[in-house]
Amino acid sequence: MIEGPPFPPEASGGAIGANPSFFDLVRRSRPETLPAPAPAASGDVAAPHGTTVVALKFGTGVVFGGDRRATEGFSIADERMEKVFAADDFSVIAIAGAAGQAIEIVKLFQLELEHYEKITGDRLSLEGKANRLAQMIRGNLPMAIQGLVVVPLFGGFDERREEGRIFYYDATGGRWEEDDYHSTGSGGRPARSSLKKRWRPGLDREQALEVAVEALVDASQEDAATGGPDPTRGIFPTVVVVTSEGAESVGEDELRGAYERVVGGGS
Amino acid sequence: MSFMPYVPPEQRIKDLSDFAHKGIARGKSVVGLEYTDGVLFIAENPSATLHKISEIYDRIAFAGAGKYSEFEDLRISGVRHADLRGYSYGRDDVRARDLANAYSQALSTIFTQQLKPYEVEILVGEVGEEDGNEIYHVLFDGTVTDEHGHVAIGGHAEELSNAVREAYQPGWDLATAVRQAVGALSTAEGREIEAEQVEAGVLDRTRQQRRKFRRLGEDEVATILAG
Repeated sequence: MIEGPPFPPEASGGAIGANPSFFDLVRRSRPETLPAPAPAASGDVAAPHGTTVVALKFGTGVVFGGDRRATEGFSIADERMEKVFAADDFSVIAIAGAAGQAIEIVKLFQLELEHYEKITGDRLSLEGKANRLAQMIRGNLPMAIQGLVVVPLFGGFDERREEGRIFYYDATGGRWEEDDYHSTGSGGRPARSSLKKRWRPGLDREQALEVAVEALVDASQEDAATGGPDPTRGIFPTVVVVTSEGAESVGEDELRGAYERVVGGGS
Repeated sequence: MSFMPYVPPEQRIKDLSDFAHKGIARGKSVVGLEYTDGVLFIAENPSATLHKISEIYDRIAFAGAGKYSEFEDLRISGVRHADLRGYSYGRDDVRARDLANAYSQALSTIFTQQLKPYEVEILVGEVGEEDGNEIYHVLFDGTVTDEHGHVAIGGHAEELSNAVREAYQPGWDLATAVRQAVGALSTAEGREIEAEQVEAGVLDRTRQQRRKFRRLGEDEVATILAG
């Protein structure tokens, strides 16, 4: 039996000063609003799962993309789910795994960054954000043991190093930095094979979008739980690009163009 | 056994008020005013990093005058209050009126129950989606008023208030509002205030982002004042 709220240690680091962590604040003052594990692990919970997300570096930043399907067992729970979110102006988080849990972690993480910025007057470094996310994933471990695993990809533009960076996590909160590309979720393996063949250092933005879309298309052809683009219904992957200019959600027209070049190019 | 000499409540309140007023009178002033796209806060602040004006939430900003440590404490409590509200309910449910009431309660409790009152005066501003901004003025004893058009707080609040009242016209654009506010600050202080001493922040409803608060940099203020 697992008890207690599944959340990480205090982030403040000392007895003086205001604790800039929103997480600690909620845990202290409104613990009932946080996701808590069920009192006993009782087998599988029927909850939608998000499937495939990919991340890759290009010349001036990073591209994060995710398919739109959520599955619940053998059913499709949602065909238009969003799995890639701007965490703040310069970072992005993409999630795969138990959807409800993951969205909650994303929401808390976004607030954590905004709260920190408002309290201290400074943005967290990209390294600091990545570490904080690791602590949050680790806090979710009791839920992960019950099957509600959340494995995000995180990245963004590091304003201090002036380059894009990508981090990936496992269910226990382990954190690794990736040099060029990564993917996770049920279709992560075919997506990674595709990225391995297509990715090259120093891609431009347009090429990077094509590589990301192609990886997701490949994943959707190999993995039942990954939804492919559907131009007739206007379903395209969610893609967020982060450069020194900030995080930007890629519009449908640009994605349609990339998709048509990928499938129309015959390659 | 020691005992306190009897002090009539009127006298006690008056002493506390005088004490707080003196503390505030030593500080710099802040002016808040409505302009065509939202709410502008302007202060004279020799420090570029220790702010008197800050963001609280998407549409809400804060300005404090008096003792820095005390209004900073109120600012942090305000951010926490707002972020918790937004998380527990929805982002649209975070309102300036609610926050001003919370501040009013907190300051009133501090005023009557603690050894010394806070030596602060604060403004809470909210920009409306179309129009209808809100500006609340909260005093050290918890007195809260809602202001329309313009308001001044801090050391030279009275002179500043008079100077702004004389000049103020609804429908100013940002540049006019900044120039007039800095002019009023100069009049109230009796000396010329330069761009590098000005701290300015706006809640700008024309901003595309969810967060409408923006600081005006020193260069931007200098350009406006020169223009």
